[in-house]
Amino acid sequence: MSVHRVMGIETEFGVFAPDDPEADPGALSHLVVEAFAAASAADGRPLKTAWDYSGEDPLRDARGYDVPKKLARPEQLTHEISHAVPNLVLRNGGRLYVDHAHPEYSSPEFTTPTAGVRWDRAGEIVARRAVAELAGREAGPHPLLYKNNADGKGASYGTHENYLVDRQVPFEDLVAGLIPFLVTRQIFCGAGQVGIGAASEAPGFQMSQRADHMERLVGLDTTARRPIVNTRDEPHADSRKYRRLHLIIGDANTFDVATWLKLGTTAAILHLIERIYLAPKPELDAKLRSLVLKDAVAEVRNVSRDLTLTHRLRLENGESATALEIQQRYFALARQVAGRDAETAAVLAKWEEVLTGLAANPATMTEQVEWVGKRAVLEGLRARHGLEWDAPRIAAANIHWSDLRLSGIAQKLRAGGLFETLISDDAAAAAVEEPPADTRAWFRGSAIAKFGADVPAASWGTIILRGEDHLHRIPMVEPLRGTRVITEQILTESGSTSELITKLTVP
Amino acid sequence: MGQEFIRKDRQDTPEPETPPEPLKVPSAQVAQVDAVLDEIDEVLELNAESFVRGFVQKGGQ
Repeated sequence: MSVHRVMGIETEFGVFAPDDPEADPGALSHLVVEAFAAASAADGRPLKTAWDYSGEDPLRDARGYDVPKKLARPEQLTHEISHAVPNLVLRNGGRLYVDHAHPEYSSPEFTTPTAGVRWDRAGEIVARRAVAELAGREAGPHPLLYKNNADGKGASYGTHENYLVDRQVPFEDLVAGLIPFLVTRQIFCGAGQVGIGAASEAPGFQMSQRADHMERLVGLDTTARRPIVNTRDEPHADSRKYRRLHLIIGDANTFDVATWLKLGTTAAILHLIERIYLAPKPELDAKLRSLVLKDAVAEVRNVSRDLTLTHRLRLENGESATALEIQQRYFALARQVAGRDAETAAVLAKWEEVLTGLAANPATMTEQVEWVGKRAVLEGLRARHGLEWDAPRIAAANIHWSDLRLSGIAQKLRAGGLFETLISDDAAAAAVEEPPADTRAWFRGSAIAKFGADVPAASWGTIILRGEDHLHRIPMVEPLRGTRVITEQILTESGSTSELITKLTVP
Repeated sequence: MGQEFIRKDRQDTPEPETPPEPLKVPSAQVAQVDAVLDEIDEVLELNAESFVRGFVQKGGQ
């Protein structure tokens, strides 16, 4: 089960209103979230669930939602539900809100990379519906949303991956084993970026949108001095059992294979590291440690700018290796401990296929590797008009690539079948309304879908239900409880949230 | 250990003798991409400069 674990992916969308370029991005982001709420209400089922900011794990044990009555603490919770900032919990169990100056979509918790692609694509549709809702209004501004990570003028905003990992693995070992992988995985999951340097100081094209914004190895910050590995330790689950690894180095991808491999290969490496440290494997450990880089932060940029994949990264042991070779080493190690399930086999096969293709000739990978596909389009545009990389039309195309309207370049390529897709448009659209069945997101999303305003708030680890005379906060600290198998029956049998509370709290 | 490991594995997955060629995309794909470029070209031509100038984001996470 190597690529299976509790994961999530969050996207801060770029937001810009061409009809009002000076508009405050925070105000535009508010508009976007409210517009999605309005669009969702069109079928008579408005989204009424806000975020539960209580910030506490109500119970420290891992029993999930199923709390004995004596432990349930009925109380007035309304004061903790903030309506000041638009902050919606979605029927798919995810979240749409304003974070900093960007609308952000957080996927529901899922357990497979394929599900990750599906609920990430659902986020694109959420964004597209909000934009369409606003486009239909006479009064402006009419903001557009972009699934990118940089404006090319110095600002960057993130796509964050979350992986629950075994708390027993020391954080230092996790970081040491992971960093060379993260530095080099951009060769197959970079989204491509026009301009070299955080503010496009030099003309050119590079693999990753985030590379120029990574400033150190490890740290707590996410908005300045950004680290390759974030140390935020907020598992939204039982902290004795889980650590939530929060990665901010990744690009926002519009190619399915890029998102799939980003999640799948990272999960496979986490599995490798867990296996090594939970049952010592000195040989694998030595091989893993032989990949430690001399200067990982500098190499993030070096790799991103090395479009021929020939740059040799300096290793701590005095050796050197290309990004491809390092990925091949990781692949060989991951394969040694890989489970035999179908999704793990498929991820490993695609990982190998992409590495082999990149080794033969990167230019052939236009349908799998986003930066290669993007570069091909932009090179076509350059050749057509005899343009340099710093031409405004190329910079504009770089942004239009990630425009989430169907007129966006990547969306056009998808419609034209010009890159490999893993999830159909229908399956992605259904995931806007439907939560993953195998995590607590199922209970969260399904309760919201059934009871609407009687679920006034929820968070990753809690859900608030309206009882007869007060609100009840139900803890959901175990991400693998609250699944469809465990909760569908009581949800179906409950005609109201009061009934649901009774069923949940009576042993 | 690391040195041996790198050398050993290199035999399994030899590097290409020559560096990868500069970008060369299969011609069928070029034609399809060209069709997409036709569609977007007019839009880009209309407002590229002001659009790019205006696209300023605040930093996020």
